[in-house]
Amino acid sequence: MDLILIALLVLGITGLVAALLLYLIAQKFKVEEDPRIDLVQEVLPGANCGGCGFAGCRALAEACVKATSLDGLLCPVGGAPTMEKVGAILGMEAVAADPKVAVVRCNGSCEARPRTSLYDGVRSCRIQHNLYVGETDCPFGCLGCGDCVAACQFGALSMDPKTGLPVVDEEKCTACGKCVKACPRNIIELRKKGPKGRRMVVECVNKDKGAVARKACLNACIGCGKCQKECNFDAITVENNLAYIDFEKCRLCRKCEAACPTGAIHAINFPPRPAAKPAEATAKPAEAAKPAEAQAQPSETTKIQLEKKEEQA
Amino acid sequence: MNTFRIGGVHPHDNKTYSAHQPITECPLPQKAIIPLVQHIGAPAQPVVEKGQKVKVGELLAKAGGFVSANIHSPFSGTITKIDSTVDAWGLRMPAVFMDVEGDEWLETIDRTPNIVREFNLEPKEIIDRISDAGIVGLGGACFPTHVKLMPPPGKKAEVLIVNGVECEPYLTCDHQLMLEHGEEIMVGIKLLMRALNIQKTIIGIEKNKPDAIGHMQNLASKTLGVEVRPLKLKYPQGGEKQLIDSCIGRQVPSGALPIEVGAVVDNVATIYSVYEAVQKRKPLISRVMTVTGKSLAKPGNYLVRFGTPLSQVVELAGGVPEDTGKIIGGGPMMGRAMNNIDMPANKRTSGLLFLPEAESRRVEPENCIRCGKCVSACPMGLEPYLLSKQAELQMWEEMEQHDVMDCIDCGCCLFTCPSHRPLLDYIRMGKAQVGGIIRARQAAQKK
Repeated sequence: MDLILIALLVLGITGLVAALLLYLIAQKFKVEEDPRIDLVQEVLPGANCGGCGFAGCRALAEACVKATSLDGLLCPVGGAPTMEKVGAILGMEAVAADPKVAVVRCNGSCEARPRTSLYDGVRSCRIQHNLYVGETDCPFGCLGCGDCVAACQFGALSMDPKTGLPVVDEEKCTACGKCVKACPRNIIELRKKGPKGRRMVVECVNKDKGAVARKACLNACIGCGKCQKECNFDAITVENNLAYIDFEKCRLCRKCEAACPTGAIHAINFPPRPAAKPAEATAKPAEAAKPAEAQAQPSETTKIQLEKKEEQA
Repeated sequence: MNTFRIGGVHPHDNKTYSAHQPITECPLPQKAIIPLVQHIGAPAQPVVEKGQKVKVGELLAKAGGFVSANIHSPFSGTITKIDSTVDAWGLRMPAVFMDVEGDEWLETIDRTPNIVREFNLEPKEIIDRISDAGIVGLGGACFPTHVKLMPPPGKKAEVLIVNGVECEPYLTCDHQLMLEHGEEIMVGIKLLMRALNIQKTIIGIEKNKPDAIGHMQNLASKTLGVEVRPLKLKYPQGGEKQLIDSCIGRQVPSGALPIEVGAVVDNVATIYSVYEAVQKRKPLISRVMTVTGKSLAKPGNYLVRFGTPLSQVVELAGGVPEDTGKIIGGGPMMGRAMNNIDMPANKRTSGLLFLPEAESRRVEPENCIRCGKCVSACPMGLEPYLLSKQAELQMWEEMEQHDVMDCIDCGCCLFTCPSHRPLLDYIRMGKAQVGGIIRARQAAQKK
């Protein structure tokens, strides 16, 4: 009987001492954590994608709680609604950030960009990029192995089997930027979604001289500068034989689209352009309905004009 | 008979197609494109202008840094433009374009076939002449030779190792060069021994070239301090570090240069061009390359001047065979498939290999079965299965810890893998990434 009592006593006292010690140490080294961090984290989507620039959702929550204003802090996945909720918890004004979307800046479809070699190695853009120019002659364009598709956590990217190019599902895209990093040729860019999702994009990143670029791809930007002259808002710059539209300055007038001789500039999510001359519209109804596609295939005359211009240059 | 200790594989050597074919000179083209990047390091800076007339051997471009090399005109003619051209992989590189007119050489160059054996030069003069002639390692890496001959302070070269191994299957250009120009190579060796101030040279030759071993042994017996060492067949014996292990039994530590163990390694073709540069004052303007393949009409060894379109060399060898599936620049192990053959020959082009369609297709990869064959085959003692997986998962830091930068791209892992996994593809990609990270880190530290 004694034996049991002693055992109970010894164990009991050891337990008590240990509990006391643990309590004291816990008090001594207590980390004061703002309870709001947990609240903010609950509001965040929990994708841990890193699109905000922090290591994960927890890190963003900590940064939000520490910050004095929410300026510059944005969860690209949740977007404005999430940031408003965060702002409500912290009693701060959520800064309205323009939603962005991933844009593929290459329109070198199978028809426009003929295949000159066959790649039978690993289906990885990064490996192919390290090895050589790719299956076509364009050293800047899409390689088509789908590294960006594999990188997307939200299923917003898919390869179009017809063109061999990635397509962005704007509904699903959160602009986390994973695909931008995955693309070894820096084709994908995060651009402002624009009002009603409308935006102007140069769908080409080829920095070769016009003639060379054009030889590799019919849809290439040849750096002729016509769009730059046409633009009234200084939104377009031509550098290294490549035009770039600054989405902060662009006012969506679509003049550049009409001026582009190769159809490298695309107007996205615009309604079909009202036909300027009704007679022509009736003659070619398909062209009026699909202005973008029609532009992508330049007519014979523009081709000749272009070649002449290159010869002169 | 010696060989290196770690790893290695035994691919079929397939050298019979072009072996013992006498070196044939390729006719001059009408238009030539001379690339300004023919070596490792900074591109050369052009010193000629459009419209200028040049003679053979005149300087076209100056070395663009310490690790860089001069480029001389292989032809006489008029410079038409300085622009960019595409290389064998479709990527752009700067180049000098010229119209070839006649074949007028600089007067300083000795074009007689006599062998000039005597020299009375200081080491500095020899190195200067090598540097002026734009000589780079012709074994494949194209590292400027004069840099190798100037060991960093505190390091002393003890032995010159001459690479006559040619372990790469199909290629026979070095073999033929040893047979036809053995004596010149011996003079070149003496020049390098003088330049490095050393008394000992070992020529390593694999035993599948018995005639070359015999010929070089015969010549070496008349030269003090030179020894020919026949080596057992094993790929990649021609790798610098592997050859040092085979010849003198020393292992170069990870990340170090051969000079760390007192060795300087040079290819026989490089030494032949050293001879030409120093004794004949002829800069490096041509090289011997092997054009070979099972179905090729006239496989052989061709002396081509840099700037000659490769398609012209192919024409000489009987044109592209009909069943060709892949054209490889270099040998089948280290070489890379090319996407055009209009590119000009340059210091890097050691061979052209035409693989039939049936042999050129890759086999569908299967799962890794953890057999460890790649680990035992790796001549650098790495773990290819692990590195390739890390590259696949983009674990760059872990790759660096596992010494991916030691990889010499020899392809033993890929060759030996029973599951045909694309190990080298991933490792090479990882190596490029890790290399970029290391360079960025060094640049940041300098600031």
